[in-house]
Amino acid sequence: MKRLAILAILLCCVAGAVRGLERFPPPDFESGYKLPLTTTPVPRSDLMEGIDLAVLVLALAAASYFALKRRSRRALFIVMLGSLVYFGFYRKGCVCAIGAIQNVTLALFDSGYAIPLTVVGFFVAPLAATLLFGRTFCASVCPLGAIQDVVIVKPVKVPAWLEHGLGLLAYIYLGLAVLFAATGSAFLLCEYDPFVAFFRRTGTLPMLALGVGFLVLGVFVGRPYCRFFCPYGALVRVLSRISWLHARITPAECIQCRLCEETCPFGAIRKPALGLAEPERAEGRKRLAALVVLVPVLVAMGGLLGARLSPVMARMHATVRLADRMQLEESGEVTDTAEAADAFRATGRPVQELYDEAAAIGRRFGRGGWAFGGWVGLVVGVKLVHLSIRRRRTDWEPDRAACVSCGRCFKYCPVELKPRPPV
Amino acid sequence: MADERPELKPDERQALTRRRLLKAGVRGACLLGLGGAVAALARPTRAEHMVWQLDPHKCIQCGKCATNCVLALSAVKCVHAFAICGYCELCTGHFEPEPNALNTGAENQLCPTGAIKRTFVEDPYYQYTIDELLCIGCGKCVKGCGTFGNGSLFLQVRHDRCLNCNDCSIGRHCPSQAYRRVPASRPYLLKDKDHPA
Repeated sequence: MKRLAILAILLCCVAGAVRGLERFPPPDFESGYKLPLTTTPVPRSDLMEGIDLAVLVLALAAASYFALKRRSRRALFIVMLGSLVYFGFYRKGCVCAIGAIQNVTLALFDSGYAIPLTVVGFFVAPLAATLLFGRTFCASVCPLGAIQDVVIVKPVKVPAWLEHGLGLLAYIYLGLAVLFAATGSAFLLCEYDPFVAFFRRTGTLPMLALGVGFLVLGVFVGRPYCRFFCPYGALVRVLSRISWLHARITPAECIQCRLCEETCPFGAIRKPALGLAEPERAEGRKRLAALVVLVPVLVAMGGLLGARLSPVMARMHATVRLADRMQLEESGEVTDTAEAADAFRATGRPVQELYDEAAAIGRRFGRGGWAFGGWVGLVVGVKLVHLSIRRRRTDWEPDRAACVSCGRCFKYCPVELKPRPPV
Repeated sequence: MADERPELKPDERQALTRRRLLKAGVRGACLLGLGGAVAALARPTRAEHMVWQLDPHKCIQCGKCATNCVLALSAVKCVHAFAICGYCELCTGHFEPEPNALNTGAENQLCPTGAIKRTFVEDPYYQYTIDELLCIGCGKCVKGCGTFGNGSLFLQVRHDRCLNCNDCSIGRHCPSQAYRRVPASRPYLLKDKDHPA
């Protein structure tokens, strides 16, 4: 029997490995043997996705209530731990608002991609909450924020120039993530999520090292990922500026005691500021006008640079990489073959088709490069304009963009301790 | 401290009101925009969730499924379409190309973890069953079965294990681009009698 089988195998090999050939016809069993069924364990049900969204909305509501109305750091902290456990360790960091940016982008640019409703919810709900109540999502709902928040031990003050400079990275990262998602190349934010390895309790060494690095840094610099890298943070920063309500340091009138000054680990508390005197004011106005004129120039320059860089960025797309490789192999510049190229040849598709596809993706990247570069120019320009605007401030106030409504400053305000008439 | 407190001049107070109105306008526009975005996205939205699956007809058994999953033990496992199986005595998915003997000796088996169980059915047929606790999804047996046999063994993402990451880590590294999103109600791309290859 063994010899027969081997002979059959050899015959098959000689006949050429025709795909789909039933080389050994399925037997007709005489012993009443029943064919076992291939098991197909089902994925997590849609209902559970709905529960995720419900938990998100509840957590947002709770965080907003505790930050704005109850003014309780302890309650915010408990909600934060709950979110860390649920969205982080139980859901293993997947379905998150940060990653949803890419799904929404892909859905907008690729009509073939159907975005799940839950993901739309995860993208929109925190943005809407921010427009209403400020960054309460960052305070106690986002698991990435939570894991950094619990390790803050000895926060140091980041110098303003560094804070402003690094803060731009988040917007650039957002631009890159949108570019790669729109072209269907990669989900950059998921690939380089520094904390997801902790949530899953498994991951590659480089990502684990990155995560540990962020947490160690986070002991001294409050929430480094949120402040300098988080692309969703970049979105909510902008929206938080125009929020309807926002957490306040003091529940009533500020008595200018400056006790809250050093309590914020994120450098988000702004001192009262006098406006500029008249001669400086005129100078400032002139500078502002010059910067406003500079913005379109920066946008154009960025766009130009982005377009020049687009062939490099296009290599993020698997099809472009494959086409490049095929070109190398077909032209004989390399003698060995890559796995992907072999797999492509096995499909029998004409190679020209692949080149055309890659060229089309390259053109998309060309346009995307303009947009991305222009975006970077715009971000830098707007930052410069923003830095040159001085506002007069009468009280100690949280910077609406930087403040995550964590509530650390609440208990340092003596007004908080004064008995108040019931609301 | 109190005497340092800058007072607002009347025109500044006016500017503040103006700013507040402007902010309210922009905020309203943003909220409307978000609503619009939901409506626009809801059109191509599927209420149903999507999950990752690999197309066994595109799979080249490169072995990356075993090593690139975010789980320590890959969610991809070998599955068996019994209807296509030839129940060979010398299964080329189970045994090394030239086995010393047709027994469970490790030197005879293709599977690095011994995850394929061989049981006698009737002369000369044997049933091959995958022990998913042992299978690491390396695809060595799939290659063996596909090259010399009927191709009844193939790899699939097992949804009791898969975390359904937003961006499948294996799919990112798959050289034959065999991974795609499929509706959660039909989460497997199985081989069967009608579509053996």
